[in-house]
Amino acid sequence: MTDVYLDERYVGKVENAEDFIKKIVEDRRAEKIPNTLNIHYNEEFDEVTIDTSNGRARRPLVIVRDGKSLLTKEHVEKIKKDEISWDDLIKQGVIEYLDAAEEENTFVALEEKDLTNEHTHMEIAPITILGLTTSLVPYGNFDAASKLNGGSKNQKHALGIYVTNFLLRMDTDVSILHYPQKPLVKSFMHDISSYDTHPSGQNVVIAEMCYDGYNMEDAIVVNKSSIERGMSRSTYFRPYNAEELRYSGGLIDEIGMPDKEIKGYRSEDDYKLLESDGVVYPGAKVKANDVIIGKTSPPRFLGEMEEFSFAANVRRESSVVIRQGEGGVVDMVVVTENGEGNKLVQVRLRDERVPEVGDKFTSRHGQKGVIGLTIGQVDLPFSGGGVVPDILHSPHSIPSRMTVSHMIEILAGKAGALNGKEIDGSTFDAEPERNLRDTLFENGFRDSGMETMYNGITGERYKVRIYIGNMYYLKLKHMVANKLHARASGRIQLLTRQPIEGRSKGGGLRLGEMEKDCFVAHGASLLLKERFDSDKTIIHICESCGMLAINDLFRKRQYCTRCGDNVEITPIELSYAFKLLLDELRSLGIHPKLVLRSKY
Amino acid sequence: MSDLINEYKDVLPEPILNEVKSEIEKRKLTKDKMKEVLEKIKEEYETALVDPGEAIGIITAESFGEPSTQMTLNVKHFAGVAEMNVTLGLPRLIEIFDATKNPSTPAMEVYLKKEYAKDAKVVRKIAYKLKETKLKDVASEFLIDIAKLSVRVVIDKTKLKDLGMSETELVAVLSAGLRNIQVRSTKEGITLKGKEMALNETYTLKEKAKNTFISGVKKVTHVLPVKRGGEFVILTAGSNMKDVFEIKEVDSSRVMSNDIHEIANVLGIEAARQAIINEASKVINNQGLDVDNRHIMLISDAMTSQGAIRGITRTGLTGEKESVFARASFETPIKHLINAAMTGEKDRLNSVIENVILNQPVPLGTGLPDLIVAVNGALSKKKNERIN
Repeated sequence: MTDVYLDERYVGKVENAEDFIKKIVEDRRAEKIPNTLNIHYNEEFDEVTIDTSNGRARRPLVIVRDGKSLLTKEHVEKIKKDEISWDDLIKQGVIEYLDAAEEENTFVALEEKDLTNEHTHMEIAPITILGLTTSLVPYGNFDAASKLNGGSKNQKHALGIYVTNFLLRMDTDVSILHYPQKPLVKSFMHDISSYDTHPSGQNVVIAEMCYDGYNMEDAIVVNKSSIERGMSRSTYFRPYNAEELRYSGGLIDEIGMPDKEIKGYRSEDDYKLLESDGVVYPGAKVKANDVIIGKTSPPRFLGEMEEFSFAANVRRESSVVIRQGEGGVVDMVVVTENGEGNKLVQVRLRDERVPEVGDKFTSRHGQKGVIGLTIGQVDLPFSGGGVVPDILHSPHSIPSRMTVSHMIEILAGKAGALNGKEIDGSTFDAEPERNLRDTLFENGFRDSGMETMYNGITGERYKVRIYIGNMYYLKLKHMVANKLHARASGRIQLLTRQPIEGRSKGGGLRLGEMEKDCFVAHGASLLLKERFDSDKTIIHICESCGMLAINDLFRKRQYCTRCGDNVEITPIELSYAFKLLLDELRSLGIHPKLVLRSKY
Repeated sequence: MSDLINEYKDVLPEPILNEVKSEIEKRKLTKDKMKEVLEKIKEEYETALVDPGEAIGIITAESFGEPSTQMTLNVKHFAGVAEMNVTLGLPRLIEIFDATKNPSTPAMEVYLKKEYAKDAKVVRKIAYKLKETKLKDVASEFLIDIAKLSVRVVIDKTKLKDLGMSETELVAVLSAGLRNIQVRSTKEGITLKGKEMALNETYTLKEKAKNTFISGVKKVTHVLPVKRGGEFVILTAGSNMKDVFEIKEVDSSRVMSNDIHEIANVLGIEAARQAIINEASKVINNQGLDVDNRHIMLISDAMTSQGAIRGITRTGLTGEKESVFARASFETPIKHLINAAMTGEKDRLNSVIENVILNQPVPLGTGLPDLIVAVNGALSKKKNERIN
């Protein structure tokens, strides 16, 4: 007797679990019971679990009976002629959906030729082991799984045309690639997903060679002339918002040209970009710290202050300015209302991004890297036929990672470009490498894909031949322009007097615990002190009690609140953070005394 | 010649001098040449010495810290079937440096005296003798006789034979192991009976009997004879050096354990020092990393210099730092600060971390040398350390 559970609930026992499951499955295939039901026999606990709940991942498999696939040639023909559909196959019991549990009880063949009498199911195609993005990697069956993973991950960060109505949208932090191209080497997934209508890369000529160390450590050297012709340009969009918020007491923000009387008024010049409604005009060229939406807010504190002070009653300036390090052209201005009925102004900024040193690029094989140098085509190597590569990719990135698909794509891209054909690079089912080499040979190239090349600077022939071909390259959304940051001095935290954190606020770059250890390890003691001087202070210590004394600069008097002014008061220099620590210890009820010793 | 070498006795360490001596003898150098050689060696030796103010502690810490970030976090590792399962990698390194009292996989390598180490059969017999055997390991069944309120143990005779034990011996061991219990050998096995026992007590007796020790070395849960360079070595899981030394076939001078505390107890602190070095380098080498032996030695020395093993924890080495701030900056700061306040501790700011906290030059490298100046005038009258 075997226990039966339906959706984790005990429902009864059956005499023969095998027959029971067989009957249920047959009924399901015959559509007597819903096909959303899955049944599983757990050998370990000798129980049958039936699952009909939602949220299970299920996948379709072809049913196999007596070693023969139920999906026949006729079915395929009929589908091709559009006479039957996917749903019909399920209704006929040719294909069924299994969940992870039921799959445990099955024996699935990968391909039709593998079928034996023991098999119960067959994969629709071997490619189903890959997901959507992973099947976008051409020649994926030549790669290590980790690189395939990386390759598909990188593609998700690629710039392209993410939606076609981008001009109407107010998306944060998005980019559109100029002149995207469909890939020369593609897979079946490119067709299925209509990749051609929204591609996200460009076909470039790539050479596998070093260039004076400018492409070491995964960097790439990019042909500046290609960039000037428009390669990998993109437009970056960012919206800025301003809302007329309502406050207690019927007060409200006001979007408009700020009045000169308000608190924090900048200068007339600062508001020059605004039109009479207080919002910039489309087409205005703006840079960091420019006011784009004029806004004033009611005074922050109301109540007692109101009666005594006139100044406190004045409205505050709270305009929207362009963030640090950003700039561009005002693309669109929208004046509308938000869900709460408040006036909402949105200004979309557009910025053309030309590839520069530090921008991130990738092929479709996890071979990502940043630009290390952009250099004119006159200085780049050229082939015997006069071809100058767009990108120089370092050959050192290949052996340890074993991304063979990367190498084959170059070959396939070259063959495709020569024949004017798209090459199918679908994983497991791609154009064979031999054919690619034959194509090259027929077109008068070496079948190795290598070419004799010449140094662009000296004109000398390189002693080795260079592997060169065409490849689909993607620009990734990580651009230096959004990340570059440095600071000498700037804002500090109120509590610790140490620099604030974060690029957007112009914060400092932290010299952390481990970096400190490096200074110590080098014995660079005084340099370390200097680095940590950002919060240095001079405090006065009463030498009699060891506590903080008061330095009254106004009366030119120094005294200790406990010992009076008839004691030795000495100024010492230390970090404000330590002074804060001492204060906190005092709040704990601990009395830390500073005992001073003369240095001399 | 020996005069000349004696001149360098205080300058060069003895092993180097001995080496020089033998080399010089081989080459038959003149006195001037010898002098030249020794001077050159002295120069090389002195440049190789650590400079005063070099931050060897931090350099050691970094030398361990960086490679350990690359270590695969694989805790368990089977190197083929013939090896024991031992904790390796980062978890083991932490175990060693924290000086954990109960390592997760204690193990021994038991070497045997030459005359016993050749024959596989003999070795297997010794291995059986090493393994801690409990009654349940030789019993095939435990039965409770409700009428007689006794426990009957059916013995697996072949297993007992493998142990090299007779049933009478077993009875003797059991009566010693189970106090106040009557142990009798019968046809159906061994009967255990206590005086005036209730039924539930009989049940407890059965459970107790299962885990009664009958032979072997306590704590040794597994044994595995392995051939190593022409002789058999018994690898064990579980470590108990003291009892293994008692076994006559064992070559006690070569028995190795990976339990550092046990080594310290049985063989002394110097052996423990070497054990820490060995165990740490085993982990490092196993991961294919390269850390200079001197770094490992420094840690090992620091851990054992006080005659007992101190781990690098807040209860061990780090907790014994002189400076309050140094201790507080490691772990449980409030506890340290409050205790320091209660006992009125002084922090003389002599070490690195305290000075970083105060942002003063750290007494290392360029911050080590001080300028000593004779001062006249008002400043000279200032007394040192006014407050006490």
